[in-house]
Amino acid sequence: MSSAASASAVQNSTAAATPEYLLQVEGVRKEFPGVVALDNVSFRLKAGTVHALMGENGAGKSTLMKIIAGIYHPDSGSFQLRGKDIRLTSPLDALENGIAMIHQELNLMPFMTVAENIWIRREPKNALGLVDHAALRRKTAALFEKLNIKIDPEIEVRDLSVANRQMVEIAKAVSYESDVLIMDEPTSALTEREVSHLFEIIRDLRAQGKGIVYITHKMNELFEIADEFSVFRDGRYIGTHPARDVTRDDIIRMMVGREITQMFPKEVVPIGDVRMAVKNLTLKGVFHDVSFEVRSGEILGVAGLVGSGRSNVAETIFGVTPATSGEIWINGEKVTIDRPSTAMRHGMAFLTEDRKETGCFLMLDVLENMQIAIINRGYVKAGFVAEGDVMRDCNVMKDALRVKTPDMHERVENLSGGNQQKVLIGRWLLTKPKILILDEPTRGIDVGAKAEIHKLITRLAGDGVAVIMISSEMPEVLGMSDRIMVMHEGRVTGFLDRAEADQVKIMELAAH
Amino acid sequence: MSTEQAAKTAARPGGGEMQQKRKLPPEANIFLVLIGIALFFELLGWIFVGQSFLMNQQRLTVMILQVAVIGIIAVGVTQVIITGGVDLSSGSVVGVTAMMAASLAQTSDFARAVYPSLTDMPVIVPVAVGLLVGLIAGLINGSLIAFTGIPPFIATLGMMVAARGVAKWYTRGQPVSMLSDNYAAIGSNLDVGGISVPVPVIIFLVVALIFHIALRYTRYGKFTYAIGANVQAARVSGINVGRHLIKVYAIAGLLSGLAGVVLSARAISGQAGMGVAYELDAIAAAVIGGTSLAGGVGRITGTVIGTIILGVMTSGFTFLRIDAYYQEIVKGVIIVAAVIIDQHRQRKRRKA
Repeated sequence: MSSAASASAVQNSTAAATPEYLLQVEGVRKEFPGVVALDNVSFRLKAGTVHALMGENGAGKSTLMKIIAGIYHPDSGSFQLRGKDIRLTSPLDALENGIAMIHQELNLMPFMTVAENIWIRREPKNALGLVDHAALRRKTAALFEKLNIKIDPEIEVRDLSVANRQMVEIAKAVSYESDVLIMDEPTSALTEREVSHLFEIIRDLRAQGKGIVYITHKMNELFEIADEFSVFRDGRYIGTHPARDVTRDDIIRMMVGREITQMFPKEVVPIGDVRMAVKNLTLKGVFHDVSFEVRSGEILGVAGLVGSGRSNVAETIFGVTPATSGEIWINGEKVTIDRPSTAMRHGMAFLTEDRKETGCFLMLDVLENMQIAIINRGYVKAGFVAEGDVMRDCNVMKDALRVKTPDMHERVENLSGGNQQKVLIGRWLLTKPKILILDEPTRGIDVGAKAEIHKLITRLAGDGVAVIMISSEMPEVLGMSDRIMVMHEGRVTGFLDRAEADQVKIMELAAH
Repeated sequence: MSTEQAAKTAARPGGGEMQQKRKLPPEANIFLVLIGIALFFELLGWIFVGQSFLMNQQRLTVMILQVAVIGIIAVGVTQVIITGGVDLSSGSVVGVTAMMAASLAQTSDFARAVYPSLTDMPVIVPVAVGLLVGLIAGLINGSLIAFTGIPPFIATLGMMVAARGVAKWYTRGQPVSMLSDNYAAIGSNLDVGGISVPVPVIIFLVVALIFHIALRYTRYGKFTYAIGANVQAARVSGINVGRHLIKVYAIAGLLSGLAGVVLSARAISGQAGMGVAYELDAIAAAVIGGTSLAGGVGRITGTVIGTIILGVMTSGFTFLRIDAYYQEIVKGVIIVAAVIIDQHRQRKRRKA
């Protein structure tokens, strides 16, 4: 299909009608240390339309929306609101200029009432300058009436279900009477009935001439509610199209249409016996009936969108959040894993997704970070940690992984992301694992370190380690895995063999 | 990875500890502050009192003696703070253990002994009971935190109030006096190579040495720092966080118990009001010595220096005959200033 050609056609035909755009962003660039998040990105929103944003994880949608909502400042590019140049300095500034955003993660204060949450900073005051609670209640009731929301304005937010909290967030955003309303995956916590309620609200806002930006991963929502959509990929703008002209396949192709340019050092190694089998593993309310096996020497890739339950499965297997039902078999034996130390005794190692939150001890040094998982294993002599032995083995590992650090006593927070990741990988390799679970092993690290880590994973598989690799990066999953398991909303939607797997098939299973 | 591969890569020249640079230990700053304060009093001493502040062995001894009990508590509290917690119960636990230990150290020539049938006991009995009571208080603190997940502040606040209540209830508020000479010896002086050194000071320094080594060279210590630095990462690394926290709070309780024994032996009596607000002085000593209330950072050597700073200030003000009220004002300022300086230093190091 001629996606590129039609994309530029749309741009040209609409470029003449500039004053009609409620919001127009051109040539935006945004860099974070080591990454270009947005590169020459454009976005144009018309009044009275719903404009969907599509793209894989990390395509730049959320970054762009955060720029529009005043949270980030672009490094370069122009920003016009109602035909006038503007420079937003803060989220508050954006709100005052008529741009409201409903965030993916909820931002309500749990110990305050619904009414207090909605009108925070804008509370009606009485003659004494105190908050007028009667007026607060009236205003909230009127707002809910208009939106057909049936929630008690006096209830504390912590007593609401996640879905109702989301509705409160939406009501709050609407209450600002903004011209531009940004919704970042607003339906991820909603049931079907609430989704159709939300769509009614959106249609109503559209009829009032508001511009709505709608970020979603769900194709059917796009066809149901959007007038136009823009596609982003790897921080670049791909194109804008009317929603009625396209098919599901067109969109998937636009989203994943990149070439795999990076070379992956995948080698064919003999695949041995089943190391671990997981049967009907369930963590109630998070994921259900997950079954798979992984063999010695095999790299099992796990794909799926953020929130599909991939990381939760890994945490459960490793005993961080023990399963509510289901079985785990290791080397043909059924095991119960109730805490990480049990998983480690069974030869598992787990590189977590969030390096800073659950991985590094940022204020401790390289040695202290590397040794922590092994000092329980024969490094204690007469009650004392055998510092010399630990230092020697950690040093060997540090050199083998080529961790760039002045010495073993450097604080880990002073290392680059790639080197922090290597330190953590070193921590786990020192335990000589038989089953290695890697959650986003190369997230946020530079290309060179990435390639080294890929080489290392390949070598470990060659040594007979069973590897489970969760990744949001399609090329990484496709390039490294022997088999790929795809998850969607807490369930396994399919397995793909290396030979048959491609980006389109994965996206189909992941977006379901 | 196979060890051969690892070894091969390790053999590359240039890797390893070539560029080990000498860094000053983190206590260096606070040690300089201690020297500074001491010299300040030395100078004022010559100007206003006409004699040396430091060149007086007896004064130096008292300087440390009066903070030895605080110091023993502070060694335990430092460990708790390193895990990211806090122990507010130390002072009350001192009160309870002082009462209970003293009640078993009474002599038979005292008619109104708490336990008339348990007088003239070997000194080991009151000491063991004191330590045990402290240990139990610490175990309760740790178990509450580990099993119910309530914040350490709340758990130990509850213990602080309840333990003080127990101390008062134990003898209905009556002091416990007429303790045996052997017991009193724990609080008196010992001749070490011709110098008379108070036993509490020896106990303080030995305890500090033991836990300095434990924190730096044992698994117990490594886990303590790891939990304070990042409790999630510690859990994922296979550390049983709950069990370890119980150990740390138990040790803090044990040391409070020891402090109670030392204090009652030194006073040759047990009083329900003993140790009031000691927990705050102990926390102050730890914080002045560079222990971060955010957890993950702190050393016993720093705490020892912090404790001695408190002692030097008290002695110094007394030496200059400055009103006790001013002492407290200045102490408050020093505590806050120490933390401000420390944070500033941390930030500078992070930028480097």
